[in-house]
Amino acid sequence: MPINYYIVLALCLFTIGVVGVLTRRNAIVVFMSVELMLNSVNLLLVAFSKMHHAAKAATMASAGADGQIFVFFVMAVAAAEVSVGLAIIVMLYRNIHTVDINFLNRLKH
Amino acid sequence: MNALLLSAIMGVVMMFTGIWVKRYTVIKRVALAGMALLFVANCIELKGTKWFNFDVSGFMQFNNFSLVFIAIAIFVTILFTLVSGTEIRKVGNYPADYFALIFFIISGVILLASFQNLLILFLAIEIVTIPSFILTGAEKRNLKSNEAALKYLLLGSFSTGVMLLGIALIYGSQGSFDINQMQIGMLEGNKISNLQVAGILTLMFSMAFKSSIAPFHFWTPDIYDGAPTVFASYMATVIKVAVFIGFIRLFENAFGNLSSTWVVWIAVLIVATLLIGNITATFQQSVKRMLAYSSISHAGFMLFAVFAMNESAHEGLIIYAAGYSLATIGIFAIVAKMNDYSYEGFNGLARHQPLIALTATICLLSLAGIPLSVGFLGKFYMLKAAVLTGKYIGLVVFAVIMAAVSAYYYFRVIQAMYFKEGPDNFTGATTVEKYSMVAICALIIILGIMPGVLLVHLYF
Repeated sequence: MPINYYIVLALCLFTIGVVGVLTRRNAIVVFMSVELMLNSVNLLLVAFSKMHHAAKAATMASAGADGQIFVFFVMAVAAAEVSVGLAIIVMLYRNIHTVDINFLNRLKH
Repeated sequence: MNALLLSAIMGVVMMFTGIWVKRYTVIKRVALAGMALLFVANCIELKGTKWFNFDVSGFMQFNNFSLVFIAIAIFVTILFTLVSGTEIRKVGNYPADYFALIFFIISGVILLASFQNLLILFLAIEIVTIPSFILTGAEKRNLKSNEAALKYLLLGSFSTGVMLLGIALIYGSQGSFDINQMQIGMLEGNKISNLQVAGILTLMFSMAFKSSIAPFHFWTPDIYDGAPTVFASYMATVIKVAVFIGFIRLFENAFGNLSSTWVVWIAVLIVATLLIGNITATFQQSVKRMLAYSSISHAGFMLFAVFAMNESAHEGLIIYAAGYSLATIGIFAIVAKMNDYSYEGFNGLARHQPLIALTATICLLSLAGIPLSVGFLGKFYMLKAAVLTGKYIGLVVFAVIMAAVSAYYYFRVIQAMYFKEGPDNFTGATTVEKYSMVAICALIIILGIMPGVLLVHLYF
């Protein structure tokens, strides 16, 4: 399959994530949208990795492996971010009993 | 490399210290000893002795520029701990954990100053920002702190996603994450592909987001306002300057040959940042918020380094990093010790606390860029670098006008302190904190007269 399909698919998923971040009001759903953005990038990285491997495999057997290793790092970092993020959301829920980000307007003035 | 490993180890040591030791003074002393160790280790590496010999070629590259910056960052952290030790204890019940997070942030800063691979750039930015989410939300019962932490978390992870997209696009066009190899690839092709254009722009916007450059600055004042003031001062100085070092490293090494295509975007960002930062700061009623906006305007000046990318820009960024960090740490430490953060709260401070008012004045003068302070030299080097490129001279004129505008809101604080009457809103400082404030002011003036003390290390 040509690489263009993968790029278009990843960009579509990324855009869905961006729209979710911008329009949703529930903090957890916003957070899910951010994860969708990260995962669309993972898909893109794996697709590029395959593409580079196919192009350079004759000269270098490990060509394109770095893209797949990057994906593991993104997953690990995303997990760390989720653990901190959910902790912050729980802390907020304990104080105001909602996760609606429309309540977050005390800092504007 | 010395300081990188030690800072990661010290972070873990601090967490265990929090389990075994309950007295804050002991915790603080352990942290200070650790930071001093990092500083010495880094200076030893600057003189050429490496304690650890790992092969990190292709991932990290330690040169004099990055080592000098790391030394500045660690030194500023030491001063930060000395000058606002009392406030760190007041934030919450786990001061050892805050110090552990600060050590992890330092390791991220070291990675940001020395990365040579987009993977390390991504990891460094995350190592710096994830602990700062936690520090922002450290006041668990304070709703403003909670709100700031959630906002920072959502916007920070959003911009991380955008940065990852940029990295993926660059990887797609180059087939490598190594920023030095990338330059070669671009020289050969001589033609820019769509993937490269999209990747460079996305990376530029996400780095602008991380370093709070207008029009991506809107989160900064809210988060500095909501975060505990001590940690806001740390985020506004060391973290912000470190992101700038990463910014210039990325754009100079990876995309330097294409600078003619993207430099106009940087010029637009500089104009927007200087204009929005300074004009909005003028209308603030709270000194803390004013400092948040002034940090945006200083980001505009630091962006000149990415614009110019010559020797003078490197020197200027080092001087600016030192001057801006010292002065902002100093003034934030005084703001954190006030009961009232508004301009009126500073009324008559000079009568009640002459020493504190004097140190605040020196810090503010340095931020405004008055000669004989290091803030002036920082601005001077930045503008000199921009003039040397010979492009967009109007930009330099605009920056000078904006520096004059910034003098207005800094002098408003000085005027309130010296020429108005009011009650004493200062909550008091320990002797160590007073001595450290004097040391900060002395450094500001010494570096303002003899910048060579610092710059000589860039070359020898």
